[in-house]
Amino acid sequence: MDFNLTPEEEAFRAEVRQFLDENLPSPEEREPGFILDWWRKIRAKRWIGFAWPKEVTGGGATLMEQFILKEEMFNASAPMLGSDYTGLHWVGPAIIQFGSEAQKAQYIPEILDSRSIWCTGYSEPDVGSDLASLQCKAVRDGDAYVVNGQKIWTSLAHVAKQIFLMVRTSSEGESKFEGITCLLVPMDTPGIEVRPIKNMSMSGMADLLNQVFFTDVRVPLEYRLGAQGQGWEIICSALQSERSGITEVNRHAAALEDLIGLARRARRNGKPALEDAELRRTFGGFEARIEAMRLNGMRALTSQLKGELHESQASINKLHNCDLLVEMSDLALELLGSAAPYTGDSEVAVDAGRWQIGALAWPATVIGGGTPNVQRNIIAERMLGLPKD
Amino acid sequence: MVGSASASGQGDAMNFGFTEEQELLRREVRKLLDEQCPMAEVRRLRETREGYSPELWKQLAELGWLGLVIPEAHGGAELEWIDLVVLLEETGRSLFPSPLISNTLAAAAILDTGSEAQQTAWLPALADGSCIGTLALTEADDVLAPVGIQLRGRRDGNDWVLGGEKCFVTDPEAAGLFVVAFRTGDAPEDLTLALVERDALGVSARSFPMMDQTKRLGNLSLAEVRVSGDAILGEPGRAWPAIARQLDRGALAVTAELLGSARAALDLTVQYAKDRIQFGSPIGRFQGVKHPLAEMHVAVESARSLLFYAAWALDQSPEDVPRAVSRAKAYASEAFVRVGIDGIQLHGTLGYTEEQDIQLYLKRSKWARPLFGDSDYHYERLISLRGL
Repeated sequence: MDFNLTPEEEAFRAEVRQFLDENLPSPEEREPGFILDWWRKIRAKRWIGFAWPKEVTGGGATLMEQFILKEEMFNASAPMLGSDYTGLHWVGPAIIQFGSEAQKAQYIPEILDSRSIWCTGYSEPDVGSDLASLQCKAVRDGDAYVVNGQKIWTSLAHVAKQIFLMVRTSSEGESKFEGITCLLVPMDTPGIEVRPIKNMSMSGMADLLNQVFFTDVRVPLEYRLGAQGQGWEIICSALQSERSGITEVNRHAAALEDLIGLARRARRNGKPALEDAELRRTFGGFEARIEAMRLNGMRALTSQLKGELHESQASINKLHNCDLLVEMSDLALELLGSAAPYTGDSEVAVDAGRWQIGALAWPATVIGGGTPNVQRNIIAERMLGLPKD
Repeated sequence: MVGSASASGQGDAMNFGFTEEQELLRREVRKLLDEQCPMAEVRRLRETREGYSPELWKQLAELGWLGLVIPEAHGGAELEWIDLVVLLEETGRSLFPSPLISNTLAAAAILDTGSEAQQTAWLPALADGSCIGTLALTEADDVLAPVGIQLRGRRDGNDWVLGGEKCFVTDPEAAGLFVVAFRTGDAPEDLTLALVERDALGVSARSFPMMDQTKRLGNLSLAEVRVSGDAILGEPGRAWPAIARQLDRGALAVTAELLGSARAALDLTVQYAKDRIQFGSPIGRFQGVKHPLAEMHVAVESARSLLFYAAWALDQSPEDVPRAVSRAKAYASEAFVRVGIDGIQLHGTLGYTEEQDIQLYLKRSKWARPLFGDSDYHYERLISLRGL
């Protein structure tokens, strides 16, 4: 067990710090348009897709170097590493693993250059946690598939340029896991209609989810990722990469600092809130769980480096992630006392209503990518060996 | 992430795994305890007066496990705390009744604060099992702070005369040597550590009946006990930082053992859920059973991550120790209590019977929670360490 970095890794950390010192303006000094310029700069350093292979114009770095980069970027309050979260976190890795040379050449540079916006077409009106039962249908017609059906709860579909779409190409075969195929579809293809779903968050800042309708949408064969029927394998590998990484941990660490900042200003029963023993204990508990998440992630990283990653390790952190999001955003409202219900639409709202947004925006994250109960099933069945239900 | 580019160029980089030697140690401990201290033997030992097996204790000494963190020059194995964690996880797993934690903490305290002469005098005896050591730091007030230490030491020539009562002392009757914290002045941190032998005039120790009968806990009474200047550890009146370090080590050692126990309790319950048939199906198929077990797994594995980092920090990064230890002990104590309670419930009425082992783990969780600071104490300390 060793949490020290090698001299090479320490040197890399120093290099990142120096670059950030010299190039990153403080949050107050950032001009409109800063972000595009910033992404160009870090792309030139190959720091976007840093651990992706050099053959696809990634950085060819080790996972540890990528970990260091993300930590330093977070510590310096730098923006996200690239604009296309979906593309960077699971669509890109899936294309690298399953795509043809032509597909890699077409899609990967777009993702790394922050030109793409991917969305993910998994869930359907009757298909949620039981994803393998998906019904959106694609029928082979000459050199194309013709897609008919519907997707729902699709983040980003209203702005996306491409959809990472799972369709059913066959209802035959032994199990529902067969017959699922992955298509990479431009969102401007005729026959695709996007309808945003009004959500509970009362804010444009929260994730907007959509319905996506497909009516006789022709998708050329060369847009298929992997083989026909390989969709489930692609889903499993993609869900896994979605749940690794330290981005969420750093987000919680920052949220805890914010929350403590709010508590410093808050009063309970006429006394400073931070004198309240229960509140202090609650903060201690948040700190321990966030740190546990960070260390769980590092354990998973170690397993990954040894090629021994257990796919369910990520489910442990997903559960922490959900609990922390819900509990921390709710605690903020408790600290606001009787002013808690006011939203940002009036002058009486505290901090322009940001705490209310947090308290209503979590479902998109908590439910998306597998609900907590699905994660508990995964842990119980795959790690504890309990029978499937 | 993408695997293809990742594995290249990794030398002895950051690593959350155990070495081959540590895995070997784990297997050796497991084998010995499975063979020589199965649950029937644990149940027998808890009924005995001394509460442990002197024969097994001798074997542990011969295997080098009593002096795991003692330097070779003083008869130990000169390993690190992360190795000790491996050993203690396994003893915890078996609910192994022994003064191993007490003895290890006493040795670590002498190693930390003792002169070369004191180390030479005591460490070999603690490593070869001829003397058992323990810490006697806390008192009836149950406060883990300088103010919690009120037992007075009065100077008399070259000697000190100690009078008062130390409480919550682990393995008080088995111990031949106590590392005692006492007050030498009115200033809050005017505290001193001394080695007090069981045989000295005025020393008496007794343990009290406990829920967890596989452990021993009690008081050390000092009635005008004379301690020579040679037995003072470090500089008189300046011992608080050293005492605080021993409290952290104690919390770490208890956390390691309690997580081994928690894992075993979870495994027992998982096995029961696979074997017990109701409504024509193993009850482990039902989500009402499956989900609490998954939550226990999350808690135990997350606590282990915190534990491993704290042990590493003790060896390599002392400034991180208070925070790392508090996170681990607070989170693990809570997790184990929950595993104990849920484990009993999932066993149904069978869990209420003396015959089932799951109840022994529930009782162990009640021993582990307060020792060296409960969750309230450690969570509060985390917030205090932030300057709040």
